[in-house]
Amino acid sequence: MATLTVPATVPSVTEDCEQLRKAFSGWGTNEGLIIAILGHRNAEQRKLIRETYAETYGEDLLRALDKELSNDFERVVLVWTLDPAERDAFLANEATKRWTSSNQVLMEIACTRSANQLLHARQAYHTRYKKSLEEDVAHHTTGDFRKLLLPLVCSYRYEGDEVNMTLAKSEAKLLHEKISNKAYNDDDLIRVLATRSKAQINATLNHYKNEYGNDINKDLKADPKDEFLALLRATVKCLVRPERYFEKVLRLAINRRGTDEGALTRVVTTRAEVDLKIIADEYQRRNSVPLDRAIAKDTHGDYEKMLLALAGHVEA
Amino acid sequence: MGHPAEVEVLSKALSGIGVDEKSLVSILTKSHHEHKISIRRGCSQLFFEDERQFERWNDDAIKTLKGEFKRFKNAVVLSLMHPWERDARLLKKALKKGPQQYGVIIEIACTRSSEELLGARKAYHSLFERSIEEDLAAHIKGSERKLLVALVSAYRYEGPKVKGDTAKSEAKALLNAIKNADKRRLIEDEEVIRILTTRSKPHLKEVYEQFKKICGKSITEVFDTALRVDANEDAKKALTRLITTQEAGNLKEVTTKYAHKIEERVKGAYKDVLLGVLARGEMNGQV
Repeated sequence: MATLTVPATVPSVTEDCEQLRKAFSGWGTNEGLIIAILGHRNAEQRKLIRETYAETYGEDLLRALDKELSNDFERVVLVWTLDPAERDAFLANEATKRWTSSNQVLMEIACTRSANQLLHARQAYHTRYKKSLEEDVAHHTTGDFRKLLLPLVCSYRYEGDEVNMTLAKSEAKLLHEKISNKAYNDDDLIRVLATRSKAQINATLNHYKNEYGNDINKDLKADPKDEFLALLRATVKCLVRPERYFEKVLRLAINRRGTDEGALTRVVTTRAEVDLKIIADEYQRRNSVPLDRAIAKDTHGDYEKMLLALAGHVEA
Repeated sequence: MGHPAEVEVLSKALSGIGVDEKSLVSILTKSHHEHKISIRRGCSQLFFEDERQFERWNDDAIKTLKGEFKRFKNAVVLSLMHPWERDARLLKKALKKGPQQYGVIIEIACTRSSEELLGARKAYHSLFERSIEEDLAAHIKGSERKLLVALVSAYRYEGPKVKGDTAKSEAKALLNAIKNADKRRLIEDEEVIRILTTRSKPHLKEVYEQFKKICGKSITEVFDTALRVDANEDAKKALTRLITTQEAGNLKEVTTKYAHKIEERVKGAYKDVLLGVLARGEMNGQV
């Protein structure tokens, strides 16, 4: 469930554009106005605003935002304003670049989006970067990480509920065998995670637990320092329990000495229209404190206000 | 008693490719009891004398006929079929038939546009309730697995933009892989697979150009030679085919060459469909 709140009566697109233009004009910027508008519009509405703003004022809204805003607030507003497919393409591209590279982000996008959302991200990637996502991922990753990530970003999983229990049993057995032999980068192990439907994987992992006693992730904890294993565990989580994966990302981002704004921005902007409510419930369950309170404690200023708006926080 | 002319017409109508429906209709509508007796006695390719003294159909002939009659139906079904469905069914069939048919998988993955290949993947979901990549990955055990799965999963950029420097370095990487083909099989080489399965087609054209400049030979020639070191015949066919289908331009030339052969040897409605469809260039896989 989404946390984004849109007012019952939404001003016209022209009005929104006018107000945004006003927010940029004169000395300084009216950040509150920007948050009040953009922080309460859904993807379709934001798209319309961007188109109309460009037509009316001859400038890309994102350009204007880039000029007027700065730091974490700028980033959260820019990333939020993009439409979901473009946003995923942008984050994925960033994750392939040297200084900002992140296998985790690539895996996260590949595994927590629906098959069609991932597809749209790949299309947006073509348009924006004039190359394919897979060529960049292939080019910028190596070894076991490439072996895992490439099929993940190229997947176009079947999305039905049908499950083949015989297959679930045999693949649970296969996974158990490979893990017992510490063959974590095995072709077949990766094949199961990268190609089977999420429903099928879920059935396989349930069978794994029934038959062998442990959650697969417990068995994948053999070496806590091994980065590949960590990625593998995160992959499993994203495929079957994304809300728990995101809760952990948020927990680590917030509790760290100094916040990890990159992660915080990413999770809030990419999930606000999807399932941030469920993630927030999970966060409260796990940390005994509501997500918005934790965000408020750990961040400040306009950045904080924007995050809270997206997280559906209502001023008392 | 004998009606040799009719026997001849009948034999002709049922031989070759397809069946001559018009001739058959005219024979059958005119045939009386006696005609049929003499046909059964006269057509030794279709009938034979059973030990219990009656002329029976040759079972193999019936089987062959079944196939020949089916051609028109197949042509109808296939030519009306949405290209996505057609490709999905072709992929499934090729996978089922095994390594000899993997060339079909390569052909489809490489000659379709990114959107067409994507469409085939969607149709595959609908028809078979699985994704093409899961079926390929689960059923192909040999060294071609990585290559084939990567090929069907590609969603290549289709614009013209090409980076010259990258093309050069990738041409060198291919050359390198070929030099080391005895230590590491080409079809399993990560860099070869990466380059061939993720780069855009214009980029690959540039890579092949650069390759020729560095090496003096075309990449297909060199692959062929290098692959002789590789014992696996299927792998050899796969890789060479991959390169050549990437370069493939004009299927139309190939098919119009065959038009007069079809005229000669094919019969009936099936022939009409084939010729008509060829004439409209549909056989290229376009709608």
